[in-house]
Amino acid sequence: MKINDVILQTVTKIVVFIILTMAVYLFVSGHNSPGGGFIGGLVLASALVLLFLAFDTETIMKRIPLDFKMVAAVGAFITVATGAASLFLDIPFLSHAYSYVNLPVFGKTGLATVTIFELGVALGVVGVVVTIILSISEDV
Amino acid sequence: MILIGELLIGLLVLFGAVISALSAFGLVRLPDVYLRSHAATKSTTLGVLCILSGAFLYFMLYLDHVSAKLLLGIVFVFITAPVAGHLNGRAAHRTGVPLWQGSVRDDLSEAIKQEQTREQ
Repeated sequence: MKINDVILQTVTKIVVFIILTMAVYLFVSGHNSPGGGFIGGLVLASALVLLFLAFDTETIMKRIPLDFKMVAAVGAFITVATGAASLFLDIPFLSHAYSYVNLPVFGKTGLATVTIFELGVALGVVGVVVTIILSISEDV
Repeated sequence: MILIGELLIGLLVLFGAVISALSAFGLVRLPDVYLRSHAATKSTTLGVLCILSGAFLYFMLYLDHVSAKLLLGIVFVFITAPVAGHLNGRAAHRTGVPLWQGSVRDDLSEAIKQEQTREQ
C-alpha cells in the first residue's frame, strides 16, 4: 500500500525550525538562566530524531552528511582542548577566562571560554544520542 | 487596568483548567479510541493554550517580562497537538482497532478498499 505522510512531513518541516531555535536559545542562555550545553544538545538531537521519524533515514543522511560518531569525538576533543589550553598559559587545568567585550552589533557583551567548553558538551550529546537512535533503528 | 488584568488572567487559567478536566472526563467516559482521541486532542489543546496565555499575561503585566518562550510554546502546542491526535487515530485505524458499534460511516476504510481494488 502507498504510504502517505503529507501531514506529518509538512508539520515536521515547520516545527523543526522552532525546535532548533529553542536549542540555540537554551545553549546561549545557559550562563545566566536554565539551559546550557547538555539540554541544548538534547533538544538539537530531538530535532534530528524528529526528522528521522518523519522522513526516512537515507534521505536525511544524504542531506546532513555527518558521521555522528565523529561529531561526538570532535565534541570530546573540544571539551578537553579548552581545559588543556589553560595549561599553556601556566595556570591550572580547566581554568576559564571571562571578560566584557564591545561587539559591533550586540554592544557590551560578556564572553566566556566556558561557552566553547559547552559547545563541546553539546556536540558530544548530539553525537551520542543520534548514534544510539540510528544504531537501534537499523537493527530491525 | 490592573483589575481587568487580574480578571482576565484568573478567567483564562480557570477556563483552561476546567476545559482540561472536561477532557479527562471525556477520556474516561467515551466508548472507543477515536472518540477518546477527539476529546483528548481538542479540549486539552485549548486548555493548555488558555493556561499558557494566562501565564504569559501574568508575566507581562505584573513582572514586566515579555516571555518569548511562552509565545513559542503556545505556537508549538497549537501546531503539534492536532497532528499527534491525527497520527494516533490513523495508526489505530491502520492496525484495525474497531469503531464504536453505534458508528454509521467509515469513509477511510472505503477509500482504502477502493484503492486496493484499483491497484489489482
